[in-house]
Amino acid sequence: MALKIVKGSIDRMFDKNLQDLVRGIRNHKEDEAKYISTCIDEIKQELKQDNIAVKANAVCKLTYLQMLGYDVSWAAFNIVEVMSSSKFTYKRIGYLAASQCFHESTDVIMLTTNQIRKDLSSPNQYDTGVALTGLSCFVTPDLARDLANDIMTLMSHTKPYIRKKAVLIMYKVFLKYPESLRPAFPRLKEKLEDPDPGVQSAAVNVICELARRNPKNYLSLAPLFFKLMTSSTNNWVLIKIIKLFGALTPLEPRLGKKLIEPLTNLIHSTSAMSLLYECVNTVIAVLISLSSGMPNHSASIQLCVQKLRILIEDSDQNLKYLGLLAMSKILKTHPKSVQSHKDLILQCLDDKDESIRLRALDLLYGMVSKKNLMEIVKKLMLHVDKAEGTTYRDELLTKIIDICSQSNYQYITNFEWYISILVELTRLEGTRHGHLIASQMLDVAIRVKAIRVFAVAQMATLLDNAHLLTGNMQRNGICEVLYAAAWICGEFSEHLENPMQTLEAMLRPKVATLPGHIQAVYVQNAAKLFATVLKSQEGNTDSTAAQETSQLMIDRLPLFVQSANLEVQERASCILQLVKYIQKLQQKDVEVAEEVTALFAGELNPVAPKAQKKVPVPEGLDLDAWINEPPSESESEDEQPKAIFAKEEPKHSRPRHTEVDEKELARRREARKQEQANNPFYIKASPSSQKVYQEAPGVEHIPVVQIDLSVPLKVPGLPMSDQYVKLEEERRQKARADKKKKEKKKRKEKHSGRGKKHDSGPESEEDIAPAHQVDIVTEEMPENALPSDDDDKDPNDPHKALDIDLDKPLADSEKLPVRSHRAAEALKSPAEDGETENAASQEPKKKSSKEKREKKKDKDRERKKSKEEKKKKKKHKHEEKEEDLLGGQADESVVQSDETSMVAEPPTSTSAEVSDLDFWLSNAPVPSNTQEAVTVAAAAEAAPEPEAPSGAAPDSEPDEPKDTEMEETKSSKHKKKKQKKEKEEKEKKKKKKHHHHHHHSDGGGEESVQNGTVEEEEPLPPMSNYCLLAENSYIKMVYDIQGNLQDGSQVVVSVIFENKCDSFLKSMEFNVLDSLNSKLQRPEGSGPHDGLTVPFQLPPGVSNEARFVFTVQSIVMSQKLKGTLTFIVKNEDSSTHEKLDFKLHFTCTSYLITTPCYSDAFAKLLESGDLKGSSVRLEGVNMPFHHLLARICFHHHFSVVERIDSCASMYSRSIQGHHVCLLVKTSGQTVCIDAKCDEPTLLGNVLDEIKQTFSQC
Amino acid sequence: MIKAILIFNNHGKPRLSKFYEHYTEDTEQQIIRETFHLVSKRDENVCNFLEGGMLIGGSDYKLIYRHYATLYFVFCVDSSESELGILDLIQVFVETLDKCFENVCELDLIFHVDKVHNILAEMVMGGMVLETNMNEIITQVDAQNKMEKAETFIFQSTRQDR
Repeated sequence: MALKIVKGSIDRMFDKNLQDLVRGIRNHKEDEAKYISTCIDEIKQELKQDNIAVKANAVCKLTYLQMLGYDVSWAAFNIVEVMSSSKFTYKRIGYLAASQCFHESTDVIMLTTNQIRKDLSSPNQYDTGVALTGLSCFVTPDLARDLANDIMTLMSHTKPYIRKKAVLIMYKVFLKYPESLRPAFPRLKEKLEDPDPGVQSAAVNVICELARRNPKNYLSLAPLFFKLMTSSTNNWVLIKIIKLFGALTPLEPRLGKKLIEPLTNLIHSTSAMSLLYECVNTVIAVLISLSSGMPNHSASIQLCVQKLRILIEDSDQNLKYLGLLAMSKILKTHPKSVQSHKDLILQCLDDKDESIRLRALDLLYGMVSKKNLMEIVKKLMLHVDKAEGTTYRDELLTKIIDICSQSNYQYITNFEWYISILVELTRLEGTRHGHLIASQMLDVAIRVKAIRVFAVAQMATLLDNAHLLTGNMQRNGICEVLYAAAWICGEFSEHLENPMQTLEAMLRPKVATLPGHIQAVYVQNAAKLFATVLKSQEGNTDSTAAQETSQLMIDRLPLFVQSANLEVQERASCILQLVKYIQKLQQKDVEVAEEVTALFAGELNPVAPKAQKKVPVPEGLDLDAWINEPPSESESEDEQPKAIFAKEEPKHSRPRHTEVDEKELARRREARKQEQANNPFYIKASPSSQKVYQEAPGVEHIPVVQIDLSVPLKVPGLPMSDQYVKLEEERRQKARADKKKKEKKKRKEKHSGRGKKHDSGPESEEDIAPAHQVDIVTEEMPENALPSDDDDKDPNDPHKALDIDLDKPLADSEKLPVRSHRAAEALKSPAEDGETENAASQEPKKKSSKEKREKKKDKDRERKKSKEEKKKKKKHKHEEKEEDLLGGQADESVVQSDETSMVAEPPTSTSAEVSDLDFWLSNAPVPSNTQEAVTVAAAAEAAPEPEAPSGAAPDSEPDEPKDTEMEETKSSKHKKKKQKKEKEEKEKKKKKKHHHHHHHSDGGGEESVQNGTVEEEEPLPPMSNYCLLAENSYIKMVYDIQGNLQDGSQVVVSVIFENKCDSFLKSMEFNVLDSLNSKLQRPEGSGPHDGLTVPFQLPPGVSNEARFVFTVQSIVMSQKLKGTLTFIVKNEDSSTHEKLDFKLHFTCTSYLITTPCYSDAFAKLLESGDLKGSSVRLEGVNMPFHHLLARICFHHHFSVVERIDSCASMYSRSIQGHHVCLLVKTSGQTVCIDAKCDEPTLLGNVLDEIKQTFSQC
Repeated sequence: MIKAILIFNNHGKPRLSKFYEHYTEDTEQQIIRETFHLVSKRDENVCNFLEGGMLIGGSDYKLIYRHYATLYFVFCVDSSESELGILDLIQVFVETLDKCFENVCELDLIFHVDKVHNILAEMVMGGMVLETNMNEIITQVDAQNKMEKAETFIFQSTRQDR
């Protein structure tokens, strides 16, 4: 035994370690690969041994070899073995190797779950750390799902070292397992205020990364980040936060206003360039988001530009680069401020550093004006000639085209010049951008009618000299230009000076070496040219010329008929036949020119690139439906064509194709192939087509000597753009002189000499008239296309899954999966570890119920924005609950005063997060009456308390069916304040609801209703959605129906039961006759006809609310359900059974959920085209517009998207996700509602209901 | 996010490669070659930012590099990182290496690439910056090395016992 160990360790001593391996590789420079392959063999041997030390050593070497490019995935299992070693040294080696070579498709990863979990909960912090680091590199969706809860626990670890790693890795977990985001988010948020700066920084890092992709979900964190920004001294954190604000400001201009000042201060005070630069960047973002209305707006811009100029002028190239980068952002919105630094930017074009030149180029885009365009382009052309690398030259080329073509050729005054620039650019060798030049040529020639004559002449020259362009076409994209040239010459052939010559040029044999798509254009346009030539020649008396032309076509076209390219072949044979026919007619002396030209008559107008997308799908057209019978068994129709005709019965078009499963299809395909293979008449795919091609005496066989011209030739006849610059200069001078003369005349008339100064100054933009009247044809769009464009997002972006509303309360189903067996835990002695673990596993649950409560409290707490801090504290510190409990009773009286003040105050806001944010953002003073403000504040402090005790309750019984917490709250309240009149109570409830809804209506960003103008508009009358369900002498029931946010098939019916008699009501049972469509949700185990017990009793004169959940299937129609309430009336001496029938009316409105919608999203929705429209007109509505809106919002669960004067757009969504959009317009007493929805029936019903609402009032 | 961290010498020999996104070994080598090609042809005293790597990233990505004597340190990052911040981070990285290896030179990196990885793991995790404070990094690295030493000591002593 001992001997074996000694032997083992001796073996080990002779093993190569990493250093030996490296040394060995360095000593075998000549036969490195061979040496490494022997090393790999050794490693394989080592991995077979049992000794973990040997294995670890081998894995360590593999990690090195992986870096050199060797695939080591074959050792994945050994890596897992080393990872699971109990020794930290080996574990670290294992995890490092895993992080270098594991990825999602490594199958052994699934073996690691338990090992990683064990390491995560290891008492040694470095075991945990190493596991976290490794996991961050190879986390898979499965690992993320299984370990999310463990990692979340670690976020509250006692050691900051673990905490920060756990926080950071959460980002990776979110990416792989988006469901974890919502449950983990509250804790992540807590970590923003962690005492350890490292943890804080990690949390900021993660949230910034999340917010960058989906900024709007993180807007509510702005106040917190603002606080961090003003308090933190860590530049890393500051930079991240400032960058985050840069992403948030476009969504919320008010945030920008708030940021400007602290950022400007930072700019002035900081010495760190990195921070200064990011501040400037964010200020720019702010200024971009603030379209107007900032008093010191220009000052901020000036500050930025001035700071950037300092950066650009700095000798440090890095700062120069960044300065230019930021400058380009300003350029988009404030081109004027950048233009004043043109000198500096042009200077940067000459910089030796390519990165800087590229940045400067970007800026040039915004620098051009009509006046300097030619000058700038000339300079760029010089650079093009000088440029060495193709990348930079190509970049220059695209920039030139970008600059010239920007905003519809706005800055081009002389299109002849532009065409000649394009032609000059074709002389660039080896550019990738031939197609770009080509499309510009086409665009200009098509859209600028005046230039066609010139363009056609130029293109003809190009075609004539095509050999220069195609000289070395293998590595040349420039021949694309010929595509444009051929098309232009063909389409506008009437402008050609010598069409015959061009026709000949287009039919040269050399053309056949061009790419197929270009040949096709050649052939087609040769036909057009032919038509033109015929027309001109037939006018002459000599008919032989025309016949010669036909002969030319007939001689040359066969070359193209033999083309391997199908398109070329097809077009060529078509045209060849046509020409042959024409020739026949010509021989009979028939005039054909007229008819041939008619073939190509008609103008081709440019079509906007988005036109196709904008064509609205006609009503009733289902693009997914099959237009004919789907392929069926009789698929090989070529075999049995009879079947088609034999079948006499009319084929009624089936709308949907019967699903044929994949297997079946594959089988049929196979069978068909077999059949074809055995059929001698079936032409099989074979290389024979190529053979045919080769047999013909093709041009391919003629040896072509390629002449490589390093110096671009000056093509005779091609204009030099410079010449136009000169001409243009002269033209302008002349124009100026003319003007001067005119002015002189004027001056002479006026006898004043003041004009002189004016003349010497630079000419202004307007002075430059374009050389020719340019008629730029606009692109065609389909009729009734919707304006504005939508940018398509990448559907594969993993961040798309993370676009999750974080303010919504957690649903029970969202809890992170918790493993059920915790064997490992029992082994761990440290008590605190176990404790944190337990706490954590309960945490999500607590959170969820807590947040639910929070939401309810919000109803109470609305318009108490004045103390948002208080709220925040509440949210973060559970301990405060106890304090609240103590203070609760004492403050009771204040609650009442709160209620009274509530009636007087207009409703303003909303659910906690948003109201916090709104308050924080609006610097508007709180209610003018300070007295009131104080009471409100006091009341606010007290408000949450009454509910606090009930808040503690549900924790002990978390699985209570449905939302009984609410009732509990109510009943406990009732016990306390029995004297309180229930009427008041009800009113309060109404109020709550009312406020609640009103908030949402504002949530969409309608400021005018929200902040400032509330005082101006008269307060809304109290509204209630509760309507009578049934009533008798004992009891009255009112009810309201709300959609369930979490479940698309559920609605919640809230019923308030009110005891009207002097007796005690108990054993109430609520039952409904289910319909096919709607069912009352009953607890498991009860039959479909059992009633539900109302979970409370009613003392005399008291009312209480119960909720019942219904599942519905179709929500497009309203419907009524019959039901019965049975109860026992108990007096001192007797008790009687009573019953009350009722009808529950499920309106379509009750399936709608108030959903805030941003105006851009709203526009996109309308634009999408899959909504059907409908409209309704309401007459004699006699109420202010904002009341009207509020009513729609309140009664029909809509939210205001935007309101402009007497017009408002509103939005709502059904529980099943139908979008309902309204456009409400009012004039006088008539209200017109145009509506759109993807479900027309639903829409119709909702509109009817709206109509009814207003007919009642 | 940091997408990759590469260290190679003046001849393009990789000394450390850390990719925070999965590529095959071949692509990794191509990326290293391409990056070296882009970086090495740049003069001294030009800016340290570079756009236009084809293989890695795309328009949102930048190469940020520093050149020390025989070694290039290249970070490939997206727009959420501050350019100057990353330059500072490279500096911190190099200084930390210098402290840990006592006057670091290329040979240290050649023979102890695992140690360099361990140091880097304390600075950057999964593509996100974990720690920028050099002292904190060194403390953690030292503590782990100490643990490793303790383990080998125990190992050796148990062997001697037998």
